[in-house]
Amino acid sequence: MEAAESLNSAGTVPVVSLTRVSKVFVMGEERVEALKGITLEVAGGDFLAIMGSSGSGKSTCMHILGCLDTPSGGEYRLEGVSVEGMSRNQLAEVRNKKLGFVFQGFNLLTRTSALENVELPLIYAGVGAQERRQKALDALAMVGLAQRAGHYSNQLSGGQQQRVAIARALANDPALILADEPTGNLDSKTSEEIMAIFEQLHLKGITIIMVTHEADVAAHARRVVIFKDGRIVDDRRRDQGGWAPMVRP
Amino acid sequence: MMDLLLALKIALRALAVNKMRSFLTMLGIIIGIGAVIVMIAIGSGASQVIADQIASMGSNLLLVVPGSALSGGLRSGAGTVPTLTYDDVKAIRNECPSVERVAPTVRGSAQVVYGNMNWSTVIQGNTPEMLDVREWTVAEGRGLSAHDVDGALKNCLLGASVAEVLFGSESPVGKIVRIKQVPFTVVGVLERKGQSPRGEDQDDVVFVPITTAQRKILGSPFPNTVGALLIQAKSEEVLSQAEEEVTALLDQRHRIGPSRDRDFILRNLTEILAVSQQSAQVMSLLLGAVASISLVVGGIGIMNIMLVSVTERTREIGIRMAIGAKQRNILLQFLTEAVLLTLFGGIIGMLLGMAGSYVVAKLFEWPTLISHQAILVAFAFSAVVGVFFGFYPARTAARLNPIDALRYE
Repeated sequence: MEAAESLNSAGTVPVVSLTRVSKVFVMGEERVEALKGITLEVAGGDFLAIMGSSGSGKSTCMHILGCLDTPSGGEYRLEGVSVEGMSRNQLAEVRNKKLGFVFQGFNLLTRTSALENVELPLIYAGVGAQERRQKALDALAMVGLAQRAGHYSNQLSGGQQQRVAIARALANDPALILADEPTGNLDSKTSEEIMAIFEQLHLKGITIIMVTHEADVAAHARRVVIFKDGRIVDDRRRDQGGWAPMVRP
Repeated sequence: MMDLLLALKIALRALAVNKMRSFLTMLGIIIGIGAVIVMIAIGSGASQVIADQIASMGSNLLLVVPGSALSGGLRSGAGTVPTLTYDDVKAIRNECPSVERVAPTVRGSAQVVYGNMNWSTVIQGNTPEMLDVREWTVAEGRGLSAHDVDGALKNCLLGASVAEVLFGSESPVGKIVRIKQVPFTVVGVLERKGQSPRGEDQDDVVFVPITTAQRKILGSPFPNTVGALLIQAKSEEVLSQAEEEVTALLDQRHRIGPSRDRDFILRNLTEILAVSQQSAQVMSLLLGAVASISLVVGGIGIMNIMLVSVTERTREIGIRMAIGAKQRNILLQFLTEAVLLTLFGGIIGMLLGMAGSYVVAKLFEWPTLISHQAILVAFAFSAVVGVFFGFYPARTAARLNPIDALRYE
C-alpha cells in the first residue's frame, strides 16, 4: 500500500523520492541548515547529475540519498520505502542491498585484489562463495576489467581503480548508483572513459545519481539539478533540442 | 558462523600485513603466558616433590616419641628418657580401634663392615610391622620376621644405599656383615625410597630386629622400652580419631594428670607434610599471580595497538560501512584480530614456557611440572585477555560514523 501512495504521474514508483527534506547540523552554539526543504523525484533508469558549489548542500543530499545520514525533516523514500526511523543496522542493510557507491577517491581496500574488492558487498550480504565469485566476475566484465580480477588495487591505474569501484557498486544489483565526483581524481581522458561506462550503465537501465561540479561531466547526464544554499535552484532535462526545464511539483 | 569465518579471514590478513607490529604486540602476551607457565611449573614441581615424599613416608602416620623429663629441676631434651614400653605398644594394638598397625623402633648409628668396605649408617631396630607402616617393600630376599624379633636373631635388612656402598653389584643376600663387630646375616635388601621430606637419604639405613638392636648393638639402660612408635591409622578419616585414642590411652597408662607433665609427644606426620605442601602450593599460586601481571600488561599493549589500528584504518572502516557492513561485522572483525593476537601469543608463550621450564629443570636442577591444567588456564586466559582488551577498540571502530570515517584522511 505504501508503495502505491507514492506513485508518480507516470504510474510507476520513483526510485528516489525526497519530500521537503531538510538537514540541520548543530555545532556547539551554531545551527547550520544544510538542506532547506528539498523535493526531488528520480524515476527508475534516470541519469541525474547534481551540481552546485561547495557548501550548496549537494554532499549532504548525497549522504542522505546514500543512507549514510538521515534527514532532520521531510521524508526520503527509496523505491517507495521510507527510511525514517531506521536503525544503523537497517540503514547498513539498505546500503548493502539497494545502493552502490562510487567515490571520488575510489576507496578500494588496499592490499586486496580487484575481485575481492568487488566481492565485498556480496560478502556482507551473505552470498555464498561460488555465486559471489561469479557475480563479482560479471560486474568486472561489465566495466571491462575481467582480465584484471587478480590484480591488487595498488597495481591498477586510477581509471582502472575507479572501474573496479564501479564494478563493486554494481555487484549487488542495486536500485541506485550514487557517484560522488567520480572523475574528480582523474585526467580528462580517463574521465571520458569513466563517463562512457556510466552512459553504458544508463543504457542498460540502471538508475544513476552523480554529484559533480564540472559542467562537461554533468553533460553526460540526462537530467541536471543545481543546488544553491541548500535549495534546488534549477532542474533541467535533456531532450532532442537541448536542456528543457523540468516541471516541478 | 559466516560472519565469524569472514572476520577470521579479514583479521588474519590484517595481521599478516603488519607482521612486525603483530609480533611485537604479541610479545607482551608471549612473555606473560610464558612466565605464567614457567612459574606454575616451578611451583607445582616443588609441591609434587613434597607429595612424592609424603607418599614415600607412608600414609596416615602418627609418630610418638618420649617427652622431656624433669630430674632434679633439670629439664632434659625430648626423647632423652625412654618412657614408651612394649606394654604401651601392646595396649595401643589392643585398645585403639582406629589404629591399624603399631611399629616400635629404636635408632642409633653404627659402623657396618663387609670385607674391606665399611660404612657408618643408621641402625634401626624394627618389628615386621615397620615395612607395612612405611609402605616399603623388599627388593631382594625377605623382610624381618616375628621369629627374628622373638629370638633376637642376628639378621639384617640393608637399605639400598648401604647395599650399594658395601656390595656394589654383588648380591648381599646371605652374606655376613659386621655391625659394631657383631656378625649379621643379610636376609634382604630394601627397595629404593629416595629422599625424605627433610632431605635425608632414606635408603642409608640398616634394619635389624628391635630386640637384637637393643641387646647387641645399641644397648639400653632401660630394658623393655622403645625409642619411638610409628602408628598407622586405619584410614585418613579416622586419623585424628586415632590421635585422640592413642593420646588418651597413653595419658591413662602413664598417669598423666594435672600434677604430672605429659612424658610423650605425639606428632601427626601427614599433617605436618600437608602443611608444607600447602605452602608450596601457595608459592606456586603467588608466582603465577606475579606472572599474570605481565599478562595484563601485555593485554594493555594489545589494546593500545588495536586503538592505533582502528584509527589507522578509519577509512577502511568507512568503506566497509558504506558498502553494507553492520556494526556487528566491524566489531567482530577487530575483536577477532585482538583475540587472534593473544591466542597466537598464547601458543608461542606456551611453547616458550614449556621450553623455559625444561631449561630451569636442567640448569638449576629444580623439579618442574607442567600440568595440562596450567596450559589450559593460560590458553583460556590469553583468549579472555584478547576479548577484554580488544573489546573497547573494536567497539570504538563499530561506533564510528560512516560519513566521518569515509572523510578521514
